[in-house]
Amino acid sequence: MSPAYLLKRLALIGYTLFVVSLLVFGITQILPADAATMLLGENATPAALAAVREKLGLNDPAWLQYWHWLSGVLQGDFGTSTRTGQPVGPTMFTALGRSLQLALLAILLTLSLALPLGIGGAVNRGKAADLGVSITSYIGVSIPEFVSATLLILVLADWLQWLPATGYVPLSENFGRGIEHLVLPVVTVSIIMIAHISRMVRSELVDVLHTDYIRAARLKGLPPRTVLFRHALRNALLPTITIVALDVGYLLGGVIVVEEIFALPGLGRQLIVAIQTRDLPSIQAGALIMASTYAIANFIADLAYAWLDKRIQYG
Amino acid sequence: MGELFARMRRSPQGLLGMILVATMLVIAITGPWIAPYDPETFAPLLRYKPPTFEHWMGTDQYGRDILSRLLVGARSTVLMAMLASALGTLAGALIGTTSAYLGGRADEAIMRTIDAVMSIPSLLMALLIVTLLGKSSVNALFAIGIAFTPGMARVTRSVALAVRKQDYVSAAIARGESARYIVWREMLPNVVAPIIVEMTIRVAFAVMLFATLSFLGLGAQPPKPEWGLMVSESRKYMGQSPWMILWPSLSIATVAIGFNLLGDGLRDALNPRT
Repeated sequence: MSPAYLLKRLALIGYTLFVVSLLVFGITQILPADAATMLLGENATPAALAAVREKLGLNDPAWLQYWHWLSGVLQGDFGTSTRTGQPVGPTMFTALGRSLQLALLAILLTLSLALPLGIGGAVNRGKAADLGVSITSYIGVSIPEFVSATLLILVLADWLQWLPATGYVPLSENFGRGIEHLVLPVVTVSIIMIAHISRMVRSELVDVLHTDYIRAARLKGLPPRTVLFRHALRNALLPTITIVALDVGYLLGGVIVVEEIFALPGLGRQLIVAIQTRDLPSIQAGALIMASTYAIANFIADLAYAWLDKRIQYG
Repeated sequence: MGELFARMRRSPQGLLGMILVATMLVIAITGPWIAPYDPETFAPLLRYKPPTFEHWMGTDQYGRDILSRLLVGARSTVLMAMLASALGTLAGALIGTTSAYLGGRADEAIMRTIDAVMSIPSLLMALLIVTLLGKSSVNALFAIGIAFTPGMARVTRSVALAVRKQDYVSAAIARGESARYIVWREMLPNVVAPIIVEMTIRVAFAVMLFATLSFLGLGAQPPKPEWGLMVSESRKYMGQSPWMILWPSLSIATVAIGFNLLGDGLRDALNPRT
C-alpha cells in the first residue's frame, strides 16, 4: 500500500463525510415543520416564536445555519434534543455503542456460518447439499427483518419461552441475561447477510476452482485439502471482504428495524423515535453518525483489501 | 425475445421465477375483482376466525377477510415496489450514462459523489425522505426510488464503460459504422440487459423495503390492506391467532423470492457463457 493510495483514500472519506453532512442537513432543513413551533407547541404566541427563532438562528440564511451546525459537530456538539432538552451527542454515542455491539456480534455470527456454508456448497457443487444451501439462501434473502423478527419472537419467545421477546440488559451489568436479550436481535439481522454472503463465497470459490492454477495444483498431486485451503480459498475470500463491508449498509438498515422491534435502545431506535417526534437535531446527529459508521467500515475494508492483495496499488 | 424465453424456461430458477412473478402480477391486477369480501368492512361477529371454508385464511381483529385483504393489497405492495424500482432505474441510468459519456474529471466527480451518497444506507435514506415528504404510500415510492438511484447509476455507468471497450464496438467503429448505429445496435442492447437484471433483483428488495416502511408506520396508512402494515397490525394478536401474521409474511417472502429467482434466471439466460 503506497502512501499516495492512503492519502487519496483519506481525501475520499473526507469528501464522503462532507457530502453526507450536506445531504443530512439539506433534507432536514427543508422539512415543512418549523422547529420553533415544535419546541413551543401550536398555541405559542407569535412573539415567543420569534424570540425562539432568533435564539436558534432560524432566521439566518441556510448556508450560515449549516456552517453553525457543522462547526458544532466538528467540536463534538450535536445540539440539544427538542424532545428531551438533553444534549444530543452523548445520547447518540451511548446508543451507537449498543448498536455496534449488536452489529459486531452479527458480523461474527455471519462469518462463522456463511463461510462454511459457501465453501461446502462450492465443493459439493450440484449435489443435494449444494442445492439445499442454495434454496435456503434464496429464502433467507427474501424475508425482511421485521418478518423474521416477528416469527422468531412468536416461536422462541411466545410459544417455547426460551428467550425474552424484548428489552435490553447491559452486558456489563449481567452478562448472561444481556446475551439472552441479544440472541434474537443478532440472529434476525444476520439471516439476510448469511444468505447473501454464503452465496457470494460459493460463486467466487466455484470460479476460482475452475482456474488453470488450481488445475495445475491438482495435477501436481497436491492433496485436495491443500489445494482448497492454501490455493483456492485465499483468492476466493478476497472479494468477500468488500462484500461484507458493503453489506454493513444492509446491516445498519436491519439494525434500525430490529432495535425498534426488540425495544433495544440503540442508534436505530433513537432515530425512529426522533423521526416520529420530528426531533431535528437528533435526526441529523443519528443519520450523520450512522452514515459515517458505514463510510468508515468501507474505508477499513478497502485498506485491508489493498494490504492483503499486493496487486492493488492504485497510487 | 422468444429465444430468451426458451432459455429462461430451461433453468429451474428462471421457470420458477417466471411462474411466481406472473402469478403475482395477475393477482395485483385482478385482485380487487376476485376478492370474495370487501377488504375494509368490519364484521364484529367474525373476529379472529381461524381458516374456514368461508374464510380460507381466516379473519383479522376487525373480522375482515384476510385473503381479500391480501388480494387487494397486492397492488399497493407489488406494483408500488415495481414502480419505485423503475423510477430508481430510470434516474440512475440517466446519471450513469451521462457520467460515462462525459468521462474524465466530470465522470470522476459524479462517481465520487455517488459513492458518498451511497454511504447512507437505503433504509435510512428512505426514512429521511419520508420524514421530509410526509408518510404515505406515494411518498414511500419516491423515497425508495431516490434511495435506489445512486446504486443504479453506478451499475449503469460501469456497464456502459465496459461495453464501450468491447471488441465488437471497436470492430463497428473500424467498419466505419455511424455513431447512431453503434449506440443503438451495438451498445444499447448490451447495456440494457444487465440493467434489467439488476432492476428485477431490486424489485425484490423494494418489496421488502416498502413493507418495512409501512411496518414502521411511515408508508401505507391504516386501514389500507398493505402487506407490511398487515404484519405490523397483527403483531399484537399473534399469540392467539398466528395465521393473521403468517399469511402476509408468506406473501411478502414469496414475492421477494419470485423476483430474486427471475433476476438470477434472466442473468443466466442473457449471459451466453454460462
